[in-house]
Amino acid sequence: MDLWQSIPLLLVILPLVSACLCPALPRRGAQVFCGGILALSCLAATIFMPAITSLGASYTYSMGHFPAPWGNELRAGPLESRMSWFFMLVLLLTFLGGLRCLNHDIPEKKTSVFCATLLLIASGLNAQVYTNDLFTAYVFLEITTLAAVSQIASRPGGRPLLSSARYMIMNMVGSSLFLLGVILLYDLTGHLLMSPIQQSVSALVESGQYHTPLTLVVALITVGLGIKSALFPFHAWVSDSYSQGTPMGSAIMAALVSKGYLFLMLKVIYRVIGRENFAATGVDTVLFIFALLGMVLGSILAIRQTDLRRMVAYSSVAQIGYIYMGLSLNTDAGMMAAVFHMIAHAVCKSMLFLTCDGLIAVSPSSRLRDLEGSGFRAPLTGAAFTVGALSMVGFPFLGGFSSKVNFALSAVDLQDPRTFLVLAVLVISTWLHTLYFLRAVITIYRRSPEDTVSKGHLHRGFCYSLSLVMLILLNVTLGVMSQPLINVLRSGLTLFG
Amino acid sequence: MAKIRPDFESSLYARFLKWVRDGSDRLDEDMAGMQADRSMDPSPAPPEQDMERVMAERKVYDRAQEWGSHQGFRLRNRTYSFLSLFLCLSIIAVLLYATSQLPAFGRAGNPAHNEVSERYLEKGMEETGAVNLVSGMILDYRAFDTLGESNVLLTAVLSVIMLLHMQRREGDPRQEMEDLADQTLYEPRHDPILQTVTRVLMPMLLLFGIYVVLNGHLSPGGGFSGGAVLGAALILHTNAFGSSSTRRFMNMRIFQAVTGTALCFYGLAKAYSFFVGANHLPSIFTPGTPGRLFSAGLIPYLNIAVGLVVACTISALYTLFRKGDL
Repeated sequence: MDLWQSIPLLLVILPLVSACLCPALPRRGAQVFCGGILALSCLAATIFMPAITSLGASYTYSMGHFPAPWGNELRAGPLESRMSWFFMLVLLLTFLGGLRCLNHDIPEKKTSVFCATLLLIASGLNAQVYTNDLFTAYVFLEITTLAAVSQIASRPGGRPLLSSARYMIMNMVGSSLFLLGVILLYDLTGHLLMSPIQQSVSALVESGQYHTPLTLVVALITVGLGIKSALFPFHAWVSDSYSQGTPMGSAIMAALVSKGYLFLMLKVIYRVIGRENFAATGVDTVLFIFALLGMVLGSILAIRQTDLRRMVAYSSVAQIGYIYMGLSLNTDAGMMAAVFHMIAHAVCKSMLFLTCDGLIAVSPSSRLRDLEGSGFRAPLTGAAFTVGALSMVGFPFLGGFSSKVNFALSAVDLQDPRTFLVLAVLVISTWLHTLYFLRAVITIYRRSPEDTVSKGHLHRGFCYSLSLVMLILLNVTLGVMSQPLINVLRSGLTLFG
Repeated sequence: MAKIRPDFESSLYARFLKWVRDGSDRLDEDMAGMQADRSMDPSPAPPEQDMERVMAERKVYDRAQEWGSHQGFRLRNRTYSFLSLFLCLSIIAVLLYATSQLPAFGRAGNPAHNEVSERYLEKGMEETGAVNLVSGMILDYRAFDTLGESNVLLTAVLSVIMLLHMQRREGDPRQEMEDLADQTLYEPRHDPILQTVTRVLMPMLLLFGIYVVLNGHLSPGGGFSGGAVLGAALILHTNAFGSSSTRRFMNMRIFQAVTGTALCFYGLAKAYSFFVGANHLPSIFTPGTPGRLFSAGLIPYLNIAVGLVVACTISALYTLFRKGDL
């Protein structure tokens, strides 16, 4: 086994071990240390990508001396490597972008704890991407959730505490449903490792045994992960949790933490239950309906908001609906579109949350009508917000456009009544997105009658500008040169199951 | 920007919004309701001739307002509780029904009795060197999960620190009051019975905890249970002698040092063992002779690490909830 094949292990262990050291460091030291570890993880993930592509296959990495069903196992392939690279890159860029706000948002003593939870999230995300064991996935999902709770609670004040309590309760319900599903699945199959579970499940489906418990298992896991990633009817916690934390925390939660759960869902469909068996339980139809409702109603909820951050938070509900729609189509094209959108949305949403905060900082309040002219007072921030908003709407040459095209193509491939439904909802949802995102863009670029200069300019330093420029470039790259990534994702998905 | 129109409230879109809003976020509405100032009356004084009509209208309006804030609120709450009760009961029914269809408990042919548990039971002692198979399973076969679980404990403490750690307001009289209350009101009264019993019990508890941790691979117990005993001993000490006494050997810096070192050691040792395992290299940690204190490879050391983390976590959680600081 080559040395580079241990990189998945490094990506999980390095942030985990560093997180134990981080709370003991002083404020500045913790920030530098955390940034360094994130940069190192990002570098490792970058080295890993070409290596795994040239290998042309996925491989398993046994965690210890005992082979698979007895010990734990990681599994890496092209899809996992891309996912983990994007996660680490967006995490690093978000960290750089939110660093300056961290200093005045969070009491000094809590900064190093905040950095530690950030590293724990990084480790949890990588573990969810690479693990081949359902119980390990649960353990790291818990780490991610708890770390995310403290990210919201880090800001002093009553409302963040209330939101974090709410987030924790909803997410614990999701985790326990997921755990219940895993326990029942173990009872039915006798395995926790993903591939043997799929063999047993296929045998059970063929023989028709234990039909009801099996359907319940699929439903429990789907609903559990659905609650955690804000699928439409379980989205009530979104607005508070995403809008009350620090900008860095909101960006990470909306862009990355929810994607970790979604990637786990993809893994469950592909590797644990199996796509045919997933369709046989009928849960995919329910998921399809929820997803379509989410795409429309999430946008309507966003239109209602008068607060910029809450508006962007609710738009996540619609975007998560897109991803679940792709997953529930259960075709190759649909899955590919869903995975691509996970990446496009992560890149775009993190930028939107960072810029939201920048725009609010140069305005009297976070209400939409108070943001007039803020695009002129903070030019780069305004430009980045515009790019993000246009990408969410689906403007050509941006990431969101590519994923909308992918969704439309996957719907056309279906050739059944769902085609028309998906296309219609896509059109409606795009229209609704245009309505509220363009409203926001027009607002920030409207000169207010008063003197705007008096409200001051944004001073966020070099790191913030660098991170925004990088995120804009990533968005444009995803829109203009999406084909290479799509090819890799497509071949990665065939190796994924 | 439709919202700037002066007649916005009466437009079709606004009424649509209102309709949508009905089924919206309860928390938001409750909070908005709390903050709303009801005494405000923005409407201008109406002309004389319309006075009667306006008064009648206002009466109707007031009654509707009254209904909305009293009966309507109660009705909504009742409907909400009824629906949530119904939902919970139906989920319970579905779960019970599905569980009744599961493989019967303890039958030999169940799917869970497969090659995985067979090898754990038959070869466990030989392969891991641990007489206590549970320790062998959680710290050797499935050590990656346990590594995650110890870090869940760390994450939990970090979250509690994030939630409870208060910024000290220097020079604020309320802060001084709080400090005073901290030193007197929330401290245990010096109870001679409790203190004497604690003096007798402390060494035994600590010894028992250390025994359970160290013998984790030989007899039932291990890091998690032994650590819980140690943590309980620390809590007892706090209750008998006060937190200033406990703080001499259990404060934030010691907590960070001990937990950080233990988890780092755990992570690095296991990373080494995962790495050599995956590359099929010989490990320097061998199972040894089962039954000896220094056997079972890494397991005793990992038990010590887990024990330290658990003990620190339990007493830290107690102190944090009690004092808001370590």
